[in-house]
This record gives sequence, C-alpha cells and structure tokens, in this order.
Amino acid sequence: MSRCHHCDEFSRASLVRRTAAEAGRGLPAIEPGMPLPAGTGLDRRAFVARSAGLVLSIYGAGKLKLFEEGIARAAGGPAQPVLVSVFLPGGTDALSVLYPGLDGAYRKLRPKLALNPGDGTQFSEDPRLFWHPSLQPFATLHGEGKVSVLPAVGYTHPDQSHFTSRHFWEVGATEARLASGWMGRYLDHTGTKDNPLQGLSLDYQLQPSLASTKVPVASLAAPDDYSFWAPGVWGDVEDRMLEALEPLGARRSDPFLNQAANATAQSDRLRRQLAPFVGTGYGTPVPYPDVDDSFPKQLAGLAAMLAANLPLRCVALTAPGEYDTHSDQPQALADGLDVTARSLLAFQRDLEARGLADRVLTLVWSEFGRRAEENGSDGTDHGAAGTAFVIGTRARGEMVGEFPGVANLDDDGNLRATSDFRGVYCSLLEQWLGEDAAAVIPGASSFQRPVLVK
Amino acid sequence: MPPVYRGKFGKPQAERLLWRAGFGPRPGQAEKLAKLGLHGAVHSLTHPGRERLRGPKPHDDHGHPLAPYDAWGHDQLWWLDRMVRTSRPLGERMTLVWHDWFATSRDGVDSARLMIRQNQLFRTHGLGSFGTLLTEVTKDPAMLIWLSGTDNTKDSPNENYGRELMELFTIGADRGGYTERDVREQARALTGWRNDWNDNVGPVNFRYDPRRHDDGVKTIFGKHGRFTWRDSARLCVQHRLHPSFFVTKLWSYFVPTPPSSATKRELQHLYTHSGHSVRPVVEAILKHPALYEGPRMVKPPAVYVAGLLRALRRGIDTEDWTWLLSLAGQQLFYPPNVAGWDDTRWLDTSTFRARWMIASRAIEPHVLKTDKARLPDDASKLLSRAETFLGSPVLTGHTHGELKRFARRALGDANAKWKKEQYPALIENALRQLLASSPDLQTC
Repeated sequence: MSRCHHCDEFSRASLVRRTAAEAGRGLPAIEPGMPLPAGTGLDRRAFVARSAGLVLSIYGAGKLKLFEEGIARAAGGPAQPVLVSVFLPGGTDALSVLYPGLDGAYRKLRPKLALNPGDGTQFSEDPRLFWHPSLQPFATLHGEGKVSVLPAVGYTHPDQSHFTSRHFWEVGATEARLASGWMGRYLDHTGTKDNPLQGLSLDYQLQPSLASTKVPVASLAAPDDYSFWAPGVWGDVEDRMLEALEPLGARRSDPFLNQAANATAQSDRLRRQLAPFVGTGYGTPVPYPDVDDSFPKQLAGLAAMLAANLPLRCVALTAPGEYDTHSDQPQALADGLDVTARSLLAFQRDLEARGLADRVLTLVWSEFGRRAEENGSDGTDHGAAGTAFVIGTRARGEMVGEFPGVANLDDDGNLRATSDFRGVYCSLLEQWLGEDAAAVIPGASSFQRPVLVK
Repeated sequence: MPPVYRGKFGKPQAERLLWRAGFGPRPGQAEKLAKLGLHGAVHSLTHPGRERLRGPKPHDDHGHPLAPYDAWGHDQLWWLDRMVRTSRPLGERMTLVWHDWFATSRDGVDSARLMIRQNQLFRTHGLGSFGTLLTEVTKDPAMLIWLSGTDNTKDSPNENYGRELMELFTIGADRGGYTERDVREQARALTGWRNDWNDNVGPVNFRYDPRRHDDGVKTIFGKHGRFTWRDSARLCVQHRLHPSFFVTKLWSYFVPTPPSSATKRELQHLYTHSGHSVRPVVEAILKHPALYEGPRMVKPPAVYVAGLLRALRRGIDTEDWTWLLSLAGQQLFYPPNVAGWDDTRWLDTSTFRARWMIASRAIEPHVLKTDKARLPDDASKLLSRAETFLGSPVLTGHTHGELKRFARRALGDANAKWKKEQYPALIENALRQLLASSPDLQTC
C-alpha cells in the first residue's frame, strides 16, 4: 500500500535532516571574535605526521603529543578490508537506473518517463539495458570490471513502506523487531572494545545498519567536524578542558553513571583519533565534485582517514539526492544520481591514487525500487525490487541475477526480485570480511551466495 | 503494599525524585521539596493542583510566538516549553511516558494537528484509568492512521493495531498470552473506523461506521462474542497477564533495574484493586526504596534539555533545540518505531557530542567575557560559582575533584599578566561546559 501523505513526510523529514546538518555545521569551531593566535600567546603550528603523510595545522602546542599517540595507535594493526555502505534514500527507480530502452512494454508503462536508447550507454552484460545518463561514471567503472550490478535485488513478500523496507535492509533480515544492524552484529563478533572507529557512520546519527550491542561504534558528520567547542573557552584553557574529558570518563561503580562516563571516554578517544582532521582538514590527490552537498566531502574525508591508517572496518553513509520520486522524477533522479555517481567515481580514483583500492568495497543500495507503471504526476510510486551495486577493484564485476523484465510483474505491478539482499550480505561477510555469515544474518544457510569478490 | 523508602529524604533524594518524576529542579526547588518529607513530596507531584506555566513565554528565532500546527519543528518546541514551565511536571513526564508507550510518529501520521491532539489525550488521562486511556488511544485519529486502524475493514482486515495492542501496549510478546489467531480475531473486532480526506487539512472526520465493521462472532483469549473495538481494549486490560506487563513497563520509566518479584506482585495487586488506575502505582514507585537506593538513570535527551533550561531559568528562545534534540536521538513526535525509544541506547559518540552541543547552547547566553568579568583566582571558588550557575546540582566526589583539578591546572598555566587577568573567565566558562555535560548531569 502506498499513501501519498506518507511520502510528503518522507521528503520533509529528509529536508529537516539537511537543515539540521547545516545548523550543525553552523556552530563555529572556535569562538567568534577570538583573538588571532599571534599576540595572545597561542601557537599556530603545522607539522607533518609522518606515519600518516598528512599535513596538519593546529592550534595549541599541548595537543601535538595526542595526535601522534592517536595516529601511532591507529596505525599499529594490520590493514583490514573495509566495507562502505551507501544508502540512496527513498526507493530508487530501477527502471531508470538501468532501463530497457528498446522494450515496447516499458515505453507503454512509461509514456512520459521512458528514456530513449540513445540517452545512455548500453549495458554490456545485457544489451536490453542502458545506463541512466547520470550514471556514466558507473558505466565507466563497470567497463573497467569494477562494478557488480544487481538489476533486481529485494526479498520475497516485499514491503512497500519506506520505514519497514529500509529497516529490513538495515538489520539484514525481514524482522520488524530486530534492533541491531547487520554490520553492527558483524562488529560485535569481530570488533574490539576500545575502537569506536571500527563502525563509522558518516552522519549526524548512527546509521541503523551499524547499531551494535557489544562494541562501540562512532558516528560523525565529517572527520574534520568532530570537535568539542565551548562558548568563551580557547587557548591553553581549551586544551586543559579537553584533557579533562578523559578523567571525567573514568570508570564509575554506578552502572548508568558508568555508561555516561563510557560515552565520554569513547567520544574523547574518537576526538583524539580524528584530531588530525579537525580544523584544516586533509588533502586529496584527485578532484571531487564541487557541490553544496557534503557527500563528496565525506568520501574524500573517508579516503583520507583510510590513508591515515585509522582502524575503520564498516562505514555507512547516505547518498545525496531525493529518490522518492512520486512527481517530477526526471530532474530529481538525474540530479541525485549525478552527484552520487561522480562522487563515487572520484572516491574510487582517490583510493587508487593512494594505493588503497584493494582494501575497500562499496555497496550502493536503496530500500526498494518503484512501480513499473508511471503515475499521473511525472513520477512513480513505491515498488519492490530495486538496483544495487558493489564497487571496487576487488568487485567481481559480473551481474548478479538477471533483469526480470516488465512482462512478468508481480501482483502489485512491481519488478520481481532476482537476487536477495540477505544473500548479498552473506557474500560480503564471507567473501570480503572473512566472517561466517551464520553468526550475523538470521537464517543465513537458506540464502544463495552470489560471487561478489574476485 | 510495596515497601516504602525509609532513609533520609534530603536534597539528593528530592533532586532525584524531581528528575525521575519530571524535568529536574528549578534553583532551590530540591531543598524546598526535601522539607516536605517523602510522602509530602510525592503527594505534591501526584496532586499538583491547577496548572500554571511559569517563566518567559516561548518564541522562535525571530521573536515570534510558536506556531505548533504550522511551522516545522514548533510542535516540539511547544511541548518542550511545557516541560520547562509547567507547575505539573509529573503530568508532563507521564505524557512523555505515554508518547513512548503508545509510540506514534509524525513520519506516518503527517499531521501536527493530530499529533498534538493525541499528546493532549496523554496529558488528560496520564494518571487516571489505564482502561480509559487505552480506549481513547484505540480510537485516537493519529493512532488510527499510524497503525492502519482506518484501513482495517471487514472485507480487508488489517492486523497492525490488533497485534501491537497486545504485544506492545498491554500483554507483551512471547509470554503465552495470546496466539496468532487472537491477533486475527482482534483485527476483526477492531474493524469499523474510517475517515475522509481533505486536500487542505489531510485526514478528517474520523468516525465509527458499522457498515465497515465485522459483526460476526469472534473468539479472543478463549471467549466468544460479537466483539467490537471497545471489547478489544477491555479484554486486553482484563487479561490475566496484563497487570504484570503494566507494572513492569511502568516501573522501567522510573527505575532502571527490574522490580523484585515481591514488589511486582504488590504493585499488580495495587493496580488491579484500584480498578486499573495509574496514579496509585506511580505513587508507590515514587516512594519505593529502589528509586532512592538503586543506581542512577540516563536522562532522555528531552529531559536533559528541559532540565538545563529549568536550572538556568531560561525559556524557549531559539529553534535550535529542535535539531539539537534530533542529533541527541530524541526528536519529539518522531519515536523511531512503534516500540518507542530504546532507553538503553541514548549515548554514543555522536549523541554525546550532541549533548555537549546542547550544554554549549544552554550556557551560551551567559558566556563570561574576559575583559568584563572579575573572577577569583581560586579553583574552589570558580567551581562553586559554576555549580551555583547550574542550580547547585548534587555531584559525585570524583566529578567534583576532577573539575577542581582542571581549574587548578588551568590557573597554573597563567604565566603572564594578561593570562592571570583573562584565564579565570575562560576557566569559569569551561567549568560550566564540563559540568553541564558531565556524566553526573547526564544521569539522575
């Protein structure tokens, strides 16, 4: 069942999240009117953290030691594979992402929205399909053998509520009550108690897929944003204030006081881990799209964090754009896919330039696809099977499940799934992260594992 | 009767009571409440008299009055203002409890009007009969939309409300209290509600339409009858497993560790013999030794924000609380799902930083300027001022000691004349920030 007022809400909710993000960025990192470092005894220093290859420029001499300690500790362990999850919010239209441009039935279902064969590049693995013009960056990477395409991924008895279907994908099961995320459960099995960065939500809130029950995970909007500003505090006193977080986070005997102390200590640890990025940020070896949205910046920051050998394992972030395209689909979809695809291409090139490409695999997904038949307002309503992509030099680069076509839709007029997202998770766990999926995904034994990694 | 706390009832106990049963003390309020003794203090909360809203009236960032039905986020500010200014804090806290218990989200309802109507229902019936509250919630328009009540018809029954009614609201899952057949039969009994759609206002004209009701015989919990929606709610409240579910869940909002089996039994007895009345159970919980002798609780973000503003005598004068509360993980009127917020997971690295930012935003209007403030060059005195600024909360020795150590060290850094003049103000600002975001003030 789809209800329009539900979806107005969906877009307004994401709007307010963006507003929150802007507002959050609006808080100054240092107090306005703070005297310039020169003349106040503050010391603006730059140094190179050799282990990380980063140029750092920071305020206050007292912090230098902490940076070095943080980087050294982080750089200590062996390099681990990293999984990045990119969520396209709202339900991306599979029949536009890879569209059957030559199919008369498709053109009949989409009299206004159908894309023409000449609009996009032909998909080499299935000549019936064409890449959405905005996805040319994906077509390029696919041509290099770095993209596995899932043209119709979903699950049986598809739920057409954003809320419910996204929840299923986040928890890795079609269970409404499961409260931990699938990557969170993976980290519960393999992670450590003292490294919040192992599960990193590049967002203002924890991405539900990373929700763990035993080990700490972190969320931050941007690596150069995780600072603790206080009004009317700067210089030596600010350094001393931040130093005080560690003893305030010391273990307490009261269990709930201790929970709060623990959050203080973990935040302080994360603050130190990320200290190299706060203030002046980081350099990138390749250009990223210059847009208002924070997505390319987040990916650039992610690459820089990986280059700094920070101990990341699972990362989750939300793609830019509005995919709940009940109306005016052509423009909205083109805009969102454009920034998303160009940013992910830049990210891939960045990783390649830094020699990190073999360590990172990116899953791009959405909570469902859209109705095959267009609605009356240049848009499409909620559907079932959607598209997903696995990107990286280690991606196998072969299609998983075939395109089901529009001749055999389900009872609601939606695409039928030809692969199951839980099977995809099992494959990523076993083939990429080296973990037995049975420990993470409920009913893992019942899902086929597509080969996703080479 | 459940046991009653017999220890000293001084400021620390009164302060804890004010946090658990409300949104913390205004300056001096804990000392005043302590003088009433335990029974007097609890009575003053459960029988507060007519409501007055005290303190500065709320306004948005432009100085305009709030428009909770129309302006984005103002619904939250409207409620937060009540939490800050009410003379009936327990009534407002119970409204928050029921908002979590019958968790309904604007994400599904998409109407501030209906969400606030539901909110008023919680306020009106918050300490009265649970049976009445449940009956009202069952036909509440926001709930009818949220859990598909108006989609539930005799031709096409929808189990959404019927299932949650038993699982989350009255009996609990996996206790052997009901079967999948009961879920289906409840759905049939609940049929009949409908509404119209108005393009300007949204859903309107919620009503019971007998033509959409399945008037056949149903079997619920082994009983047979031509049950209707009223019977649905009644049968749940009369269910043998309801009182234990009710008292355990209610208890969890006030005390973080589960009640002993003896206490649970006594609370059930109290509840059943009062005709399923909420107030006597809340009173017994607020007087229970576990509340005063047991561990602390993490304050929910809305309670944390409202409490800071109460301590600072500050009203709602900015819309920032909307996004700050959202960052902290509790956007009012948007519980994450029908099970409500997870009280065990308020704190992570992002929400801790959000709480730090909340503290910054709360103390910001009073920031001390280095060129104006004349402050003592003494760590103890600086700390004592910061404590007074935040309403003199009771602190643990550890936190007190660490804050003092910070102040002493920071004063020690002042190795030049200008530093000796300016650092005390910076330190005072930092002490306020550290204190307001300390583990002690995140918990109660």
